[in-house]
Amino acid sequence: MVAESLAWAIFLMPLLSFLLISLVIRPFLNRIPQLSGYLLIAALVVALVLSVLVLVRSNEGADLAFPAHTWLDLGDAAIQIGLLLDPVTCIMVVVVTGVSLLVQIYSLGYMKDDPGISRYFAYMSLFTASMLGLVLSANIVQLYAFWELVGLSSYLLIGFWHDRPSAAAAAKKAFIITRIGDVGFLLAIIYLFYHGPQFAAQGLNPLHIPDIWQAAQPLATGGAVLGGTALTLVCLGIFAGAAGKSGQFPLHSWLPDAMEGPTPVSALIHAATMVAAGVFLVARFFPLFQEARDAMMVVALVGGFTAFAAATLGLVMDDIKRVMAYSTISQLGYMMAALGLGAFGPALFHLFTHAFFKALLFLGAGSVNHAAGTFNMRYMGGLRRQMPWTYALLLVGGLSLVGIVPLAGFWSKDEIITAAWLGEGPVDPRVALAVFVLLVAAALLTAFYTFRMIFLTFHGDFRGGGARELQDAEAEGIPAPTAVTDEVHLAESPRVMVAPMLVLAIAAALAGYLANPQWVKELLGIPGHWFSYYVESALTYGHAETAPFNWPVAVISTVVALAGIGLAWLVYAQRRPSADTGEVLETARSPETDETQGSADETAHGHEHAALAPLRSEPLAKAGPVHTLLYRKYFIDELYEGLVVKHVFYRYFAGLTDWLDRNLVDGIVDLSAWLTRQIGRLVAQLQTGQVQFYGAVIVMGAVLILVGYLAFGAGIGE
Amino acid sequence: MSLESMLIVAAILFAIGLYGALARSNVIAVLMSIEIMFNAVNLTVVAFARYVAPLALREEIGSVLTGQVFAIFVITVAAAEIALGLGIVFAMYRNTESVTLTEASQLRH
Repeated sequence: MVAESLAWAIFLMPLLSFLLISLVIRPFLNRIPQLSGYLLIAALVVALVLSVLVLVRSNEGADLAFPAHTWLDLGDAAIQIGLLLDPVTCIMVVVVTGVSLLVQIYSLGYMKDDPGISRYFAYMSLFTASMLGLVLSANIVQLYAFWELVGLSSYLLIGFWHDRPSAAAAAKKAFIITRIGDVGFLLAIIYLFYHGPQFAAQGLNPLHIPDIWQAAQPLATGGAVLGGTALTLVCLGIFAGAAGKSGQFPLHSWLPDAMEGPTPVSALIHAATMVAAGVFLVARFFPLFQEARDAMMVVALVGGFTAFAAATLGLVMDDIKRVMAYSTISQLGYMMAALGLGAFGPALFHLFTHAFFKALLFLGAGSVNHAAGTFNMRYMGGLRRQMPWTYALLLVGGLSLVGIVPLAGFWSKDEIITAAWLGEGPVDPRVALAVFVLLVAAALLTAFYTFRMIFLTFHGDFRGGGARELQDAEAEGIPAPTAVTDEVHLAESPRVMVAPMLVLAIAAALAGYLANPQWVKELLGIPGHWFSYYVESALTYGHAETAPFNWPVAVISTVVALAGIGLAWLVYAQRRPSADTGEVLETARSPETDETQGSADETAHGHEHAALAPLRSEPLAKAGPVHTLLYRKYFIDELYEGLVVKHVFYRYFAGLTDWLDRNLVDGIVDLSAWLTRQIGRLVAQLQTGQVQFYGAVIVMGAVLILVGYLAFGAGIGE
Repeated sequence: MSLESMLIVAAILFAIGLYGALARSNVIAVLMSIEIMFNAVNLTVVAFARYVAPLALREEIGSVLTGQVFAIFVITVAAAEIALGLGIVFAMYRNTESVTLTEASQLRH
């Protein structure tokens, strides 16, 4: 039996770390900056141990239901603080604490020289605590509070380098766009609250999550407490919140900009955990979605479309982190599509594996950035010679993302594509087929952009890094891009950064065996298909079953993935300076790398590297308008900012409120002031300063009172 | 002499004093009018003491002088008040060389 306090401790450890860092270490012990990092790491080690313990106990079938503590009783509804330790939560706490721990270790190296390191770890603690609170919540209001807290910590961390205007703008954008989705979520909660009496009639609490599940189930007398159109609307509201957080189309545009934050933040928040909170939310309310087929169809189509559209955008980005950001959006689209198709287990399994390989890819990008001084892949290249570890680990992560046997990504992605192929879920088979086509196309694009990234970064010759980029920016008279430094030192990152990546790579490679195909009866004590069976036991209502391994689908997805890699190899790895690109590239001299691997030498020669040519022409640019369309991100930012914000919002909405303010609100204020002034002017006439006038008024008043008493006062005082 | 005639005389005196206090512009005249009003009040007090003091009280202690004592007090206070009032009038005269009440409105604003 796991005591309730132990489960709470998972959440309280990072919270304690947050309080200690912000109240004790940062004010008093800021001279020892690494201290806050060590504190958070220690807290997370404890939390991870407890999380694994909870997972093991839950898997053994232990009863982990604890009564909730009522915080606020509202009659028909009660806001409670409780734990919901179902299999989904148990998996999530392990993922969050595990990935967070590795990212914090990496941060010790990555953020070593940053003056705000204590603030960084304080925010990271706050984020981890909020995320754990989010997945542990048993009450929808409690969940919503943590939901907004992760949004807040995401905002703080994106804008961590708040002296950069682009980071501040990205933080605001992320906060506002996710808030648009949250309005839907909040409306769903308000709807539930207002229907408290119907819930209470069945003995249910409209804010308690398992009670909400039960309310959506058909009653013996027909109908359901929460059914029909109302259920569809509630589901769509929840999905709106999830789409904002998980960057689903059309609320995706904040996530690429969120890459302005420090890279470990991108790895933890914008790849592994927070953005997956949207998927988690839909999974949390899956019993509702199962009863609302229309909502399921929306989820499936939005997910499938997002998976495809984001992958197309990933093809053309120059910034290595932006490629990965679009890849994250695309993979989240896969998970959403899986949930929409009723494939509960595969969606969560993909969430699980994605957390590992995408965190790994982001940490790798950070490692590359440490060496090259920039995130722009046009100025990278050839790094595999200097950074063999990073190269090997990124290759593992990339292959896992692409879905190559036998890495984790293959198993999880394959399950999702199989579910779409079979189309046995609650949605229309034609919808399932459309989603299947989108997902397979996205798999091809994924393979292409992943290996474009790897070839541009690690193959070919080095193209100058941040130093060269700054020179070019100066030469072209454009402002120097932020986050670019001229400190180019081509060398492997320190061990404290490589070690967490290594652990993640092992997880990214092997996690697939937690859901190995049925013909594997048992591997290292883990029964075949364990993950799916375990996670699906979370569904107390309804039913979801993961389809068995499907050979044709596996062959299709593998062929598609290999085709994508092959294409990328043809376009990028075979590049030679040639006339057909329109611009003659400077003949790149191979940097003296074969002999010297030492970092000191590399730093000394940094400026020689800077003489080499950047990649000026992009092969894909030959696609002309298509490339422009993709490079400008389908003009969605222009649509939102130019048309919606500047035009509709500024001109019409702001114009209307401006008019109302000037005329109505100001009018009322002015009127009351005018009235007061006029009355004052009138009364001021009476103040003559003449004592005798005042005396006369007093006398007249006294006479009036006397007359009044004599005329009407009969009986007063008797 | 009845209580009514006393009260009528007192009322006439009071009305004359009030008119003078409100209508005259000379401060000295106003102070004199106020003095007339005091005396009207004194007259009513003494008249009431003479005619309507409680019989039981009168039998017990022979004679009741409450009203008369009151009148003495009023006269004393009036004397003090006149002393103070004339002091103010002197100060006013020194500053403005006038004892006209309508001109004494410096505190208006």
